[in-house]
Amino acid sequence: MFGRIRRYLAGVTLGLTLAFSTVQSALAVELTMYYPVAVGGPLTKIVDGLVDDFMKANPDIKVKAIYAGNYNDARIKALAALNSGQPAQLSVMFSIDIYELIEQDAIVAFDDIVETPEDKAWLDSFYPALMGNGRTGGKTWGIPFQRSTIVMYYNKDAFRDAGLDPEKAPATWDELVSMGKKLVKKSGDNVDRWAVMIPSTGYPYWMFGALAMQNDQVLMNGDGNETYFDAPATVEALQFWRDLGAKHKVMPDGTIEWGTLRKNFLEGKTAIMWHSTGNLTAVKKNAKFDFGVAMLPANKRRGTPTGGGNFYIFKKTTPEERKAAMKLIRFLTEPKRTAEWSIKTGYIGTRPDAYETEALKKYVVEFPPAAVARDQLEFATPELSTYQTGRVRKLLDDAIQATLTGAKPAKDSLGSAQSQASRLLKRYQ
Amino acid sequence: MRRSSSLRNQVYGWLLLTPAAILLIAFTHYPAVATLAKSFYSTGTVTRPSKFVGLDNYRFMLEDQVFWKVLENNIWYAAGTIPVSIAIALLMAVWVNGKLPLRGLIRMSYFTPTILPMIAVANIWLFFFTPQIGLLDQVGALFGFPSHNWLGDTDTVLACIIVITIWKEAGFFMIFYLAALQTLPPELEEAAKLEGASRWAFFRRVTFPLLMPTTLFVLINAVINSFKLVDHLFILTKGGPDNASSLLLYYIYENAFSFFDQNYASTLTVVLLLALAIIAIGQFVILDKRIHYR
Repeated sequence: MFGRIRRYLAGVTLGLTLAFSTVQSALAVELTMYYPVAVGGPLTKIVDGLVDDFMKANPDIKVKAIYAGNYNDARIKALAALNSGQPAQLSVMFSIDIYELIEQDAIVAFDDIVETPEDKAWLDSFYPALMGNGRTGGKTWGIPFQRSTIVMYYNKDAFRDAGLDPEKAPATWDELVSMGKKLVKKSGDNVDRWAVMIPSTGYPYWMFGALAMQNDQVLMNGDGNETYFDAPATVEALQFWRDLGAKHKVMPDGTIEWGTLRKNFLEGKTAIMWHSTGNLTAVKKNAKFDFGVAMLPANKRRGTPTGGGNFYIFKKTTPEERKAAMKLIRFLTEPKRTAEWSIKTGYIGTRPDAYETEALKKYVVEFPPAAVARDQLEFATPELSTYQTGRVRKLLDDAIQATLTGAKPAKDSLGSAQSQASRLLKRYQ
Repeated sequence: MRRSSSLRNQVYGWLLLTPAAILLIAFTHYPAVATLAKSFYSTGTVTRPSKFVGLDNYRFMLEDQVFWKVLENNIWYAAGTIPVSIAIALLMAVWVNGKLPLRGLIRMSYFTPTILPMIAVANIWLFFFTPQIGLLDQVGALFGFPSHNWLGDTDTVLACIIVITIWKEAGFFMIFYLAALQTLPPELEEAAKLEGASRWAFFRRVTFPLLMPTTLFVLINAVINSFKLVDHLFILTKGGPDNASSLLLYYIYENAFSFFDQNYASTLTVVLLLALAIIAIGQFVILDKRIHYR
């Protein structure tokens, strides 16, 4: 008799404890989020500010936003934290990490989290071009956050100096070459000013993604298990890049350093540079001459890869944590905040309605270059991303550099990169 | 009775050793053994668990063109940095050991590169080497040399990396030579002067042989550094163009953290460790016989 009562009481207590603990966890969900910073500027402060705003609006959710270095560091840290059992519920990581994260079974698709039709509609509220690196196998794994494209910065004073119309940037490859020949300035045999510089260290595959797309060729398929490095149009694109230096003499021979290119441009040593939109604010602040920003030129069509970081939600999370993470991501990608983020950083507003907000409308009118990246999104293509992405990317990087330094013709270097990439990707097909 | 006290002594001894032993085992020996073990397994993912593959990773390595390329680079890098940095260090040490005005300042300026972190050094040199706006090209332009793309040319990039390393290391090795030189008794020099020996003869016959123990120490350090110093690559070239400046350790890093292929990285690490062990043993065995220890 007593035994039964005792058991009964124990059951009640247990039930109460459970109920209480769920109430508590519903009251306070803690989220840990890693995020990378890949460009200059006080980005950590901006992120902290946004997260503070979120916690004020949602007192039941606590967010720890941890700055984790560059994109590579962020991925290593987040994965290491997960492996060691430390909780991290969401993270901003490189958009092209998607296949790696899927293969590690680290992330969960947003389709499996969204509940309401409104949530589902939200998944489609971003620029489709920015979703390219976030979707595969019919599911959405990444939500665009800090995203960029490549744009063409040009020195209007140099254009005037060369007798060109400063409002008319080269719109095609042919114009790039013909205008380029006028823009090169020499004293004797020495070149004082080059016409164009396209960086080929650090992220050669990214720049090359633009050239290939302009030649109407993508570098990989949507499932991330096939590359098109030796397609005739790809080879042609690399040949064009090589020719800019070797044949047309409008670009220096050899590879061009990513890290010092901005300085080259600001010092007037090149009239045109191709670079990330992430540099816009820095160029705006430091240029002592009149500069313009234009879309990249076209051959068969215009084209640029997108770049930058996406939100991911990790698989090892409770339903409450997932809900809270969704809330945070939706908060940070609201049009108003997207606009604020874009103005402060130079990253693209990730959704069309962000450009409908007063703040961004005004900013674009005051500073038209800010709109170029958005207008170019129409022609954008996903950044190179496959399974075994680090290796595959390096194969392409090496091939590009081998050709640009004159060590191997484009057809050979890309052919060998393609055959090695196919070998790596065979088991994913 | 005696037995129990010696037993107690032994226990006591082991207890004293334990803290250091735990640290050594946890952070040195276990990782080394784990690395060796890992090199025989394939890299696993959640969908494809790791399994024993025997020597497959080593076979893959032998077929890996990039591996041979970085190995070749590393040998050139070692051959370029070690003798030159030691020679310069010795020269600087002998010079600043003499009576000079502003001796302290000169010693300090030679040592400064050593204090700077390699990452900072690389950032400075990056702008030295930059075509057109870089220091090197601007000085060259004064003499009418054309601009050269130092880091963007497969023929010059490794030489540039070597120059930076020599600049960074020579000052460090100089300190050891300087310390050794100051322990040499001045009577030797006085005796040599009385005998009418030239300065060169004195250096070759007396100073240099007496410095041999230091040279061995410096040499081993230089060899190890030539395999473990890769910080500057992250800033300067990322191993490019086309692996022309990539070194073995940098390639290991790429495999482990860019490609997430920790098992292949382990394989490369085992090879690196073996190579270093063989070189170190060789140095001790061959050079030790020719060294005069006092």
